[in-house]
Amino acid sequence: MIEKSEIVNRIKRFFSNAFPKAIVLLRNSLPQIIAVLFALLVGAIVLAATGHSPIEAYGAVLAGAFGDIYGIGQTFTQATPIIFTALAFLFAFKCGLFNIGAEGQLLMGGLTAALVGISTTSLPIFVHLPLALIAGAAGGALWGFFPAVLKAKLGANEVITTLMLSYVAVGITSYMVAYPIKAPGMVPQTVPIANSAELPGILPPTQLSASFIIALISAGIVAYLLERTIIGYEIRAIGLNTKAAESGGIDIKKGIILALVISGALAGLGGAGEILGVHHRFIDGFSPGYGWDGLAVALIGGLNPYGAILAAVFIGALRSGGQAMSRSTGVPLDIVFVLQALVILFVAAPRLIKYLLKRGGYKW
Amino acid sequence: MVSFFDIINVGLFAATLRMATPLIFASLGGIFSERAGIINIALEGMMLTGAFAGAFVTYSVGNPWLGVFSAILAGGLLGLVHGIITIKFAGDQIVSGTGINIFALGFTAYMSQIVWGSRGGSGPIPQGLGTVSIPFLADIPLIGEVIGKQTLLVYIALIAVIASYLILFKTPWGIRVRAVGEHPGAADTTGVKVYRTKYFCVIASGMLAGLGGAFLSLGHVNLFRNGMTAGRGFIALAAMILGGWSPFGALGSSLFFGFADALQIRLQSIGSLPSQIVLTLPYILTIIVLAVFARRRIAPSDYKPYEKE
Repeated sequence: MIEKSEIVNRIKRFFSNAFPKAIVLLRNSLPQIIAVLFALLVGAIVLAATGHSPIEAYGAVLAGAFGDIYGIGQTFTQATPIIFTALAFLFAFKCGLFNIGAEGQLLMGGLTAALVGISTTSLPIFVHLPLALIAGAAGGALWGFFPAVLKAKLGANEVITTLMLSYVAVGITSYMVAYPIKAPGMVPQTVPIANSAELPGILPPTQLSASFIIALISAGIVAYLLERTIIGYEIRAIGLNTKAAESGGIDIKKGIILALVISGALAGLGGAGEILGVHHRFIDGFSPGYGWDGLAVALIGGLNPYGAILAAVFIGALRSGGQAMSRSTGVPLDIVFVLQALVILFVAAPRLIKYLLKRGGYKW
Repeated sequence: MVSFFDIINVGLFAATLRMATPLIFASLGGIFSERAGIINIALEGMMLTGAFAGAFVTYSVGNPWLGVFSAILAGGLLGLVHGIITIKFAGDQIVSGTGINIFALGFTAYMSQIVWGSRGGSGPIPQGLGTVSIPFLADIPLIGEVIGKQTLLVYIALIAVIASYLILFKTPWGIRVRAVGEHPGAADTTGVKVYRTKYFCVIASGMLAGLGGAFLSLGHVNLFRNGMTAGRGFIALAAMILGGWSPFGALGSSLFFGFADALQIRLQSIGSLPSQIVLTLPYILTIIVLAVFARRRIAPSDYKPYEKE
């Protein structure tokens, strides 16, 4: 039995802790926020220089992303795969690995999930759906495993191998849906997956599916793995200082392989979520570059799993709002990629932001 | 039935040299940058921007050599950006390079819609570079057919290999560049201008990559296509590593990857294998080669940002 005053104390303590924590969080994310603002500024210059009104364009993005339930649904739908690829990138990055092949891992995960999804109609949903999700994670994990082994055993640079494997994944998936598992018709795609493999929608009538919830849970698991488990500690130790970790008795090869396999599995799960939750079949070229988005999002989110969620919603809003903007103002959607790249460039050099602020007369 | 000689013939080797050319330029660019201690994974984006700039300027002005010049300029500009972020502000070289790659992908697709109204790229650009015929050389049987009649940029690439070798290994300036990459502190104490050398190298790196891009859009197909570099910047990085960060090594490995690319195109045109699978050939070869040779190649620098005392 807890006394009333005890409960009041606990609530007081919670808020007195939460408030400084929020301030600390805000201060820690200041470089990212300023990077976003600078990127929007440079983006405005690009827009103006090519004969478009930045205010009109950004206004259309905002209205499109949050103006109505479809916009909001679309924002979070777009954010979902990006959360997965961002988690994939940051997990490998914590081990000092630069996995730029999340695109390929996502495609392979989508393919394996689709294969399980279309293979049978006689399983109950609580068996079929988990199987399809696991298949997706396994497909992505396999695509992380190859570069992992090449790196750990042979020292092959993962920046190059993961990207090369992305192109191979594009080839394999395109081939699969163009020949062996192509549905009748003109479009290179599979037949629809069974109902029992579909991820349910969570905000009808929009496309937002339960994949978003899996993404949130995955972020929690990644945070837990990295912060609270021995393997997470080992992976971070390798990332901070490989030599020190090795002399501390950590198995570097095992750490590298595990980090890239889990990284690939996260991206693969993201691909599975797209197939099982949004498209309900594998369509060739369904990813407009979610792998690259994830990289941007992981960096904007300060390489923190929860930061990645916020940053993914930001990029998701740019994407869904960008589509609306493209329709209403005729500004090419690719300006969104330009903005993302600019944020990455500003985030790459925290000192650049400090320098620019100082030049503008602001104290850090 | 497709015979062996429908695939392996003189035409294939001429195509090998053509497909190797953008890789030669870009891998030389990689060497200059990495020898001075800066990783440049932005070669891909610099090539793509060069390809766009070359096509755009040629399309608007009608002079392909002005296009080539703009491609060099555009690549150099991105090199400068990479330099400012990684040298002056000590930013992460791989993050910066990735940012430039994504920027190039988005920016060229954006501009392609502004200029040509299509996300896919430009239409055919009539004023390509065309080929030149080298007197005497072109008349030699077989060899003449392979190297006698190519775009001028192919010959410039071969000259660039020799020039890069001489600059890096036979001049005092080249020694300074390598010293800056290997031991910037020591170079600094002997009076080498570390920052200036690094900037020079990273800008040169971008210019060479831009030139490689110009070859793609003006010397090879005479149009700009969205994402037309298709990972060649990264294959050039692999060629640089495989070639042990030396110009002639890079030439050899670029020819190897160029052969894979030419073979892939040849197999596609024959059409007895599905194109989606044939397309992956150069990428798979790159992975295999990297895996086999990675341990035997030692990088010329530790690529740490240099902080003056």
